[in-house]
Amino acid sequence: MNPHPEARQADEDRDDTFRRELVSLIPHLRAFARTLAGDPTAADDLAQDAMVKAWDARESFEMGTNMKAWTFMILRNQFYSEKRRSWRQSQLDQEAAERTLVATDDPAAPVALDELRLALAMLPAEQREALILVGAGGFAYEEAAEICGCAVGTVKSRVSRARRALHGILSRGDYQRDGAAAGEAMGSILAHAERLSTVR
Amino acid sequence: MALEEARLRQQAIGAKLRQMFDEIVNEPVPDEFLDILRRGDARRTEKG
Repeated sequence: MNPHPEARQADEDRDDTFRRELVSLIPHLRAFARTLAGDPTAADDLAQDAMVKAWDARESFEMGTNMKAWTFMILRNQFYSEKRRSWRQSQLDQEAAERTLVATDDPAAPVALDELRLALAMLPAEQREALILVGAGGFAYEEAAEICGCAVGTVKSRVSRARRALHGILSRGDYQRDGAAAGEAMGSILAHAERLSTVR
Repeated sequence: MALEEARLRQQAIGAKLRQMFDEIVNEPVPDEFLDILRRGDARRTEKG
């Protein structure tokens, strides 16, 4: 790549550092991909594509800046460019929600988690991703705005609308589920939160 | 009172949301991911 041995060594060191950081981000990329794509297999394909894109673009990454936000942005762009190509787009969210539910690995997982997944699937995509980034991914509003390519105020309002909508869906039991005891989702989430707070 | 309850509920949903995300983060990473990166490395070595 570079004719000078020292410079070449520096390139390789930089690549090593980049690779280590990228590897440490894989679990987070998988989680974000799962919330976008729903189906775990499709999500891993998406996360892998994003990882390869990030690796190929490593020279354009400024070391020391936020690599997590950078890779999330790549993953998100990848997802939406694939989704635009898909003519089945309108069906995707609902189907993905159903597959995610079926694909839950742990059959003993708390019911409320499934209900939260279904409730999330009912939100508009842009509200869902904003809430996930800020509420679960640990990003500041400013970082989420950069990832989504929109204004900070837009992210703030999406997150707050998402929170309100989620609360409403879970309280009313609006999510679609056969034989579900409707109003109980909020109750079991609250019970879980109480257990968490007593542990503390 | 109602405000306080709404706040608690929002906190509960937030905790659940983080739990959902963290469960996936804590899953073991499939070998495929690292294999792909290793292939990326091989490509670099060929070029270099």
